[in-house]
Parts: sequence; C-alpha cells; structure tokens
Amino acid sequence: MLKVTNLHVNYGGINALRGIDINIEENQIVTLIGANGAGKSSTLRAIMGLVEKARGKVEYDGEDVTDLPTKDIVKKGMVMVPEGRRVFEDLTVEENLILGAYTRGDFSGIRAEIKNIYDMFPRLKERSWQKAGTLSGGEQQMLAVGRALMVKPKVLMMDEPSLGLAPLLVRDIFEIISRIHSQGNTILLVEQNAKKALEIADYAYVLETGELVLEGPGNELLENSKVQEAYLGEAK
Amino acid sequence: MGNQGLLQHLANGISLGSLYALIAIGYTMVYGILRLINFAHGDIFMLGIYITYYGVLFTSIPWWIVFIFASVFTGLIGLLLEKVAYRPLRESPRITILISAIGASFFLQNFGIVVFGGRPKAFPIPNVFNRVVKLGGVSISMITFVIPLVTLLLLLGLTYFITKTKTGMAMRALSKDYETASLMGIDINRIISITFFIGSFLAAVGGIMWGIRYPQLMPLMGVMPGLKCFIAAVIGGIGNITGAVLGGFILGLGEIMLVALLPKLTGYRDAFAFILLIVILLIKPTGLMGEKITEKV
Repeated sequence: MLKVTNLHVNYGGINALRGIDINIEENQIVTLIGANGAGKSSTLRAIMGLVEKARGKVEYDGEDVTDLPTKDIVKKGMVMVPEGRRVFEDLTVEENLILGAYTRGDFSGIRAEIKNIYDMFPRLKERSWQKAGTLSGGEQQMLAVGRALMVKPKVLMMDEPSLGLAPLLVRDIFEIISRIHSQGNTILLVEQNAKKALEIADYAYVLETGELVLEGPGNELLENSKVQEAYLGEAK
Repeated sequence: MGNQGLLQHLANGISLGSLYALIAIGYTMVYGILRLINFAHGDIFMLGIYITYYGVLFTSIPWWIVFIFASVFTGLIGLLLEKVAYRPLRESPRITILISAIGASFFLQNFGIVVFGGRPKAFPIPNVFNRVVKLGGVSISMITFVIPLVTLLLLLGLTYFITKTKTGMAMRALSKDYETASLMGIDINRIISITFFIGSFLAAVGGIMWGIRYPQLMPLMGVMPGLKCFIAAVIGGIGNITGAVLGGFILGLGEIMLVALLPKLTGYRDAFAFILLIVILLIKPTGLMGEKITEKV
C-alpha cells in the first residue's frame, strides 16, 4: 500500500534520515520506534511532503507520490495526525472537524462523517461548539484523530499520539488506535511508548540516528533482547 | 456648537471611520495570514479610484456597474501583486518580503504618475450622491449616509464568509498554523490569493466612496489614507478584523471630532492618528483587541 525506498532527509547539512526503507501492507498497523531525534517524525513528515526529501522514493498504491505537494498527498488518502495534536485552537470542535474534510465536496457525506466521529468520541459531541483550545489534552488528541478521520483516510499516520498524556489517557488512545484499525484502516504509528506500540503493531521498525537498525513483527520485537534493553526499560 | 452641529460631525466621523475600516481590513487580513505589512495596500486603494475614474469617463457603461467591475478588477490586481511581489519570496526572511512591499508601493505610485499623470483629476460623481438627506433635522449629503450603509453590508458579508464558509475557516486555520492547515489538504496559495483579493476589493470599494467624498484624484493619494488605515489596524490589534474596524472608527471619529471641537488644531489633523497610535501602543502594545503573541515552537 505504502512503500518507502531509500529515503534521505537533510536539515542544513545534518543527515536526519539516511536511507529508510518501509513497507506497509493494506490493513496493517506498522510502527516506527526509536529514541528522541532518531528520525521518526522526520520520516512521517517527509512522506507527507512537509520536509524536503534529499533522496528516495515514496510509492502509494503503486503510484509515485515522492514529489507531490502535501495537499495532493492528502487528496490521495494519506492523512497525518501531527505531533502535539495541533488542533486549531480558535476554531470550534465542529469547525476543526469540517476543516478535516476540506478536500471533500459532499456536504451530506461530511455531515454523516461528523456524526460518526461524535459516536466514536461522545465527549467531542458534548463540546462541539466549544473552541478547541479549551479542551483538555486528551480531548484535543481525540479531536486531532477525529479530524484526520474526516476524509476516510486509506493510510492514517500518527506522530506520537500518546505524548504528554496521563497514563489512563494513553491507554484510551491505544484502544482508539486499535478500534480504528479494526474498522479496516491502515496505520503508520510513530511512538516513543515502544511497549504499547509494539503490542498492537503487525510489523515494526526500529530507528537509530537516522537509520533502520531492526525490523520484524511487533510481538517478535517485544521479545528481542536488544529492544527490551534499549526501549522497554527492562534489564537482561 | 449646537446639537445639530454635533450630529452633523458625528455623521461625518462615522462616514470617515467606515472608509478607514474598509481599508484597514485589508492590512489586517494580510498580516493575519502572511505576517506581512502590505505597504502597497494604500496604492491599491489609489488604483481602484483611478480605474473607476477611467471606467466612468471613457465607457458608456452605467456608473454602478463600473463601480462593481472596478472593485473586482482592483481585487484581481491585489491578487496579482501577491503573486508577483510576495509569493516568490515566501521562504525568504521576513524583512525581504517587507522590502518588496515597500518597493511595490513605490512602483505603483510612480506607475500612477507616469500613466495617469501627476496633475489632479476630478472624480466624476453620479448625481444621486450629491442629494441631501434629512435625518432627524440634520441635513447630510447622500454619500455620508451611503458610506456607513455599504460598509455595514460588506462587513456582514465578510463576517459570514469568515465564520461560515469552509474557505473562511481555512483562512482562520491558516493564520494560526500553516503546516497543520496543509495537512488538512488546504491549498495555501489559493487561500492567500483569496485573502489578497478580498482586501483589495474592499480597499477599492472604500476608494470609490472616498473619491465621491473627496473628489480630487492624485497618484499619491493612497499614501496618507494607507498609513492611517495601517495605524487603525495596529490600534485595533493587527490580525484581528473586528479590531481593524474598531480602529478605523476610532480614528475617523477622533479626527473629525478633533477638528470640530478644537478648530485651532485643524492643522494637526494628520498628526492625531500618529499620536493616538503612540499612546495606545504605550498602554496596550498588542492593540485594543490584539492577542498576546506567543511564538510557535
């Protein structure tokens, strides 16, 4: 479904990514784990066209989307929930959702989608007329996810969805991700909470300073001693 | 000064304030989205008046159709200005694009001098605007009455556009967070073009009514109103549309009242705007309705 080959990204002379290869099959949850600064976010941002790719290729459904601008990538069905939620704080919850459907033209379809999102997150319905900036961190994360779902994405990318949330909410978020996945969505998840991410992932990649050092099915990596030591905080 | 006189001045102040408000909106909308002070905005206003002048004098099209076409055409010129002078510099440091704005302003002024001629021209005023309306014992000219009315209608339309339409929402989203807006699939260039169109369109409508009220046309006529409306936008809190309208009215009313109540200070009329700016910025640096600017991380 999504195939990234030999992806390189440079930030003013610093090689943030040095040849990343990722492959995501339809209906999979694939996760990217690694320490801070390993290049997880850069990978997502490069796929979405938010940062320039120095080298490499991104294919989506067999089509080359390497050089497409972000808006066209979104139109193809790839959507990203950015790190730190980034809801539009001055806009109401409902306006945020409507903007999520910016590329859709079918008014009744958008209405129906908003209803779906409200069914999924009743808290958002209660607060539909509130400004997004007044929501709690967890609610904002739900809104950011809901906003991304408004276009019925074929591939949903999430950048650190659990970052900065209380442990109970982290559990909620991972439940939500599993639920979205069970509805037939393909997900690329970037997480620093490696344990939780590996538990739900079909396949996982481990990034270290801009390079892939390990990959394999999620449950296999959970058992891997190197991963346990470096990312799961467990002694050998 | 009697009651009548006061009402008369009030009407004039509201009328001038409306014009300032219409022009100030263009500054504030562009600033809201690009963080750019569009120094050429006053000259776009001037172009709008001249385009109308030539349209009325050299075509046989009814004046009100000319007014509409000239406003739309001026809107398109604003859109073109952004494409030519600002878009290529979008990734450059902010000071570069600001210098380009100053350059664009000088260019348009000198373009005006070369093409329209430096000698003042008289704006052709349709007769209907010369009529006198009696409102509660006060006689005011039709245009003094029409200006606030047109302004009110445009403000209602603009408010609807900004709050209810998807493009308006995208505009508000863009003014806060470019990157996330693009993640929604929003075409940033298109929204910026629309912003420039609306700002320039409103400046042209303001310009036409300005021309009817102050019918002397000169290529540099946009400089002072441009500066004052920029001040109005800053007083109101730049980036905030309601603030720009408020600033426009404060400035317009203040100016007229200053002249009416203290005739000796008439010569300081233009200085009033700048003094007010300094005072308000000293008390509230973000302007009356401006938010505290927090740098995005």
